[in-house]
Amino acid sequence: MVGKKSIGSVIFKVIGYALLVTLGIMSLYPFIVMFMNATRSMEEIRQSALPFWFSDNLGGNWAFLRASEARGAFNAFTGFRNSLIVSSSTTFFALYFSCLTAFALTAYEWRLREPFFAFILAVMMMPGMVGTVGFVEMVWSLGMTNNFIPLVLPAIAAPAVVFFMRQYLRATFTPDIINSARIDGAGEFRIFNQIVLPMMKPAIATQAIFIFVGSWNALFMPSILLNRAELFTMPMMVQTLTGNLYAQELGAIYLGLAMTVLPLFIFYFALSRYIIAGVQLGGVKE
Amino acid sequence: MNKKAKSVNYAKYGYIFSIPFVVAFSLFTMYPLFRTAFMSFTDFAGVAARETGVMNILENPLENYTRLLFENELFQTSMRNTIFMWVINFIPQILLALLLTAWFTSRRTKFKGQGLFKVLFYMPNIITAGSIAFLFSTLFAHFGPVNYLLYDMLGVIPERFQFNQSALASQLIVAFIQFWMWYGYTMLILIAGVLGMNPEIFECAEIDGANGVQQFFYVTLPNLKTILLFVVVTSIVGGLTMFDVPRLFEDGGPRNATHTLSMFIFNQAFGGRFFLNRAAAASMIVFVIVAILSILVFYLLRDKDAAAIKREIRARKRSEKQLEQVRKGVQ
Repeated sequence: MVGKKSIGSVIFKVIGYALLVTLGIMSLYPFIVMFMNATRSMEEIRQSALPFWFSDNLGGNWAFLRASEARGAFNAFTGFRNSLIVSSSTTFFALYFSCLTAFALTAYEWRLREPFFAFILAVMMMPGMVGTVGFVEMVWSLGMTNNFIPLVLPAIAAPAVVFFMRQYLRATFTPDIINSARIDGAGEFRIFNQIVLPMMKPAIATQAIFIFVGSWNALFMPSILLNRAELFTMPMMVQTLTGNLYAQELGAIYLGLAMTVLPLFIFYFALSRYIIAGVQLGGVKE
Repeated sequence: MNKKAKSVNYAKYGYIFSIPFVVAFSLFTMYPLFRTAFMSFTDFAGVAARETGVMNILENPLENYTRLLFENELFQTSMRNTIFMWVINFIPQILLALLLTAWFTSRRTKFKGQGLFKVLFYMPNIITAGSIAFLFSTLFAHFGPVNYLLYDMLGVIPERFQFNQSALASQLIVAFIQFWMWYGYTMLILIAGVLGMNPEIFECAEIDGANGVQQFFYVTLPNLKTILLFVVVTSIVGGLTMFDVPRLFEDGGPRNATHTLSMFIFNQAFGGRFFLNRAAAASMIVFVIVAILSILVFYLLRDKDAAAIKREIRARKRSEKQLEQVRKGVQ
């Protein structure tokens, strides 16, 4: 009986690990192919598209990418800078104002508090895409195209982030914290900025990662509102790659892709522990 | 008494601190939503209309809707593609996520290196979807690695397969990318759900002699309902608004086989000819579908016991009220 059971569990474990390792390779291998091919020349890729190691044509591919930049297409640095501006401002607005709203929902008792929270829950599931046409028409009539502001300001109202922040604040907040500050004569707004915000650091850190990555990866709205190449964000730069170099210089294409993916790759593996914990805490889906 | 006076005193700050959210939400979400709804009943289309912003309600206000639903082939194709690609990505995704959840939370079989596997499985989700889609289009290109593996190395296909010319192959690849990007996320959410359960219920099941499989189906799964609901609803919303992957994989092709609803809205409204009214009507249709599906899923997965208890409580209250009235009547 015992022997039979252990054989069964050994087989189970072998199958289990085989599947886990296969899935792990599946996650990683496309990126390995990309990074290796980024260093290979067109000829090498044509001969064997499945690389086994890095090659020495990184410089050649880079030169080709630079040449296409001169023609006004792909420019990784511009894309990186623009994405950094948009994503960090989006993250700041979403975090600060969601914390403020969550504070209003937790610390004070007001008549519309429960209805307001119910409303936030209801709109959390709404796909952001459905109001796009009206939003863009509004941006047009204000003459705000080719401007980062309409990409950033809507982040002030982020229902899912408010929900997460409220859950966190409810678990950590006690009225005593602000009562003593009130006795010392601090105003409510100062209490929020100097006492409550620092208290929420762990929640802010996890949410910051997701808001930043979501904004960094966004393609839909930026490609509607931005049409000047010097304002393109990173995903839009990838899009310029598809049309421009297609089927001509595979090595350069892989290099361009690698440059758009590498920052997130480093970011992810540096913070993976917090990211995994964050997903399991909040379950925020873009 | 004193405490109450204080809270009344501070209540206004609840309103004041909610103002930024309310203003931003009204301006950037509510107003555009109503504007979109209004536009869907108008003749707002074309470059001239886009310049002047003039729009008039149509003689038959529902014309944009009826045209889309019954006459517009591209819209119908987009709808079919979106649903098809969502279904064939979501079913394997949820099954694999459930299997991995069962393994990773099993109390008997402990898998080593779980942390590493979680990090690896979730990774595709964090990388820009557009980059991933384009990466896959290079992997499946004519001279790409997949053809190289199948044709040059293994020789299992007679000639290089034109993945980008086959409708079904392209749809399957897009669905696979979605599956590959999201199963790790779904798994993490489900694991969090299982870890949040009271460990006593598993101990009881063990004492009763339930094996791992039985425990999973009779204890874990029923208790995971709410989390499953969350996963299904968010996946529907995400799936129906699928944009980046099909756009950067083949830009909707070949022959519109991977053209999705959000690409339809994007192309109609901003593709150069500005059919804004049509795009607005399509948006509202997506909105209604999402709402209906969410309500349906909520209804199917609702906690039947809790609902029954609620009904019971309500019935009791009602009978108490009636009793009260009867008593009053007697008096």
